[in-house]
Amino acid sequence: MNFNLRLTARYLQPVAYTLTTVAMFCVTTAMAVDGEYAVTIQDHRFQPAELVIPADKKIRLSVENRDATPEEFESHDLNREKIVAGKSTATIYVGPLTPGRYRFFGEYNEKTAQGVIVAQ
Amino acid sequence: MFGTAVIVFREVLEAALIIGILAAATRSVPNRNRWLLGGLAAGLAGSALVAVSTDMISAMASGVGQELLNATILGIAVLMLAWHNIWMTSHGKALAISAKAVGQAIQQGRQENSVLLVVVGLAVLREGSETVLFLYGISASDGAGTSSMLLGGGIGILAGISLGYALYAGLLRVPMRWFFAATGVLVLLLAAGMASQAAHFLIQADVLPSLATPVWDTSAMLPENSIPGMLLHSLAGYDPRPAGMQLVFYALTLATIALGMKWANSSLPSK
Repeated sequence: MNFNLRLTARYLQPVAYTLTTVAMFCVTTAMAVDGEYAVTIQDHRFQPAELVIPADKKIRLSVENRDATPEEFESHDLNREKIVAGKSTATIYVGPLTPGRYRFFGEYNEKTAQGVIVAQ
Repeated sequence: MFGTAVIVFREVLEAALIIGILAAATRSVPNRNRWLLGGLAAGLAGSALVAVSTDMISAMASGVGQELLNATILGIAVLMLAWHNIWMTSHGKALAISAKAVGQAIQQGRQENSVLLVVVGLAVLREGSETVLFLYGISASDGAGTSSMLLGGGIGILAGISLGYALYAGLLRVPMRWFFAATGVLVLLLAAGMASQAAHFLIQADVLPSLATPVWDTSAMLPENSIPGMLLHSLAGYDPRPAGMQLVFYALTLATIALGMKWANSSLPSK
């Protein structure tokens, strides 16, 4: 029993640690977004295929999938991945980015679904 | 067909490696296989459910429901793996101390089994739902070559499972002296990698600040979609362009579990 109690205390420690950390950061976030941008997926292609956004700002990107099939918005350059169900819209936060070109693609239809975000 | 196989392989690989490590780490736990299969079945059932409700999940929490779900799944898995590792540290030593401890350990083995089931289930749930969606997308689009793409999906699944099994078989060949240390380290890295991925989703959802992004960029040297990159990503949470917050989560998890293991080890009777 003694063994059990000691173990329980041990397991609770990391839990408490994690919760405190999460709570701490949630208080410091709720940060402002500097702009809203949108891209559309149709026939497994992004429209527009090139999106210009301001550098060093955080933006909200909404991705509308007009196809019936699901797509995964993915970008290694941006370190983002998100599934967008068929006939629906998803929200992805991007940035702040240093000036440059950031490729993104639809993982499920990589041949056609290609795009780039240009931060300037 | 080849492209399909690669995508499905990528999704299956991560879950297969996790199951391979856990199956090896718990090889002395009674009724392990039944629990593993239970976790697998629950995960698959959950995958189908998540895949069907992707729409609804995405729309939750002002459009970031998917990220929150992923982060929660990963967070629970991290806690379970932490528990597993710390429990295993005391269990392995208790077994060596006395026959009485063995009886106690087997009794606690039941708890351990349910932890295992949860982690396996969560791993399958996360990767499985994406695979289900992807394969659904293929079968729903009525272009030519649908059957060859489904064949590719099958090949991808088999290849992923084979690698997971190879890892399992390889671990079983590790001599008993180093076995617990080896699986312990693997589970530790697995948990830290999952914590970093959870942070990644919370940053994407704008719940956490990224701190610096990226802290480094090794995508030219070791790209995420190369085979070594994928393996390192699944096993140790490798990210070629990590955000600062991901590193914080990685380091905190690593340190907390390692300390817990050390504590579990030193507070046991040393006779």
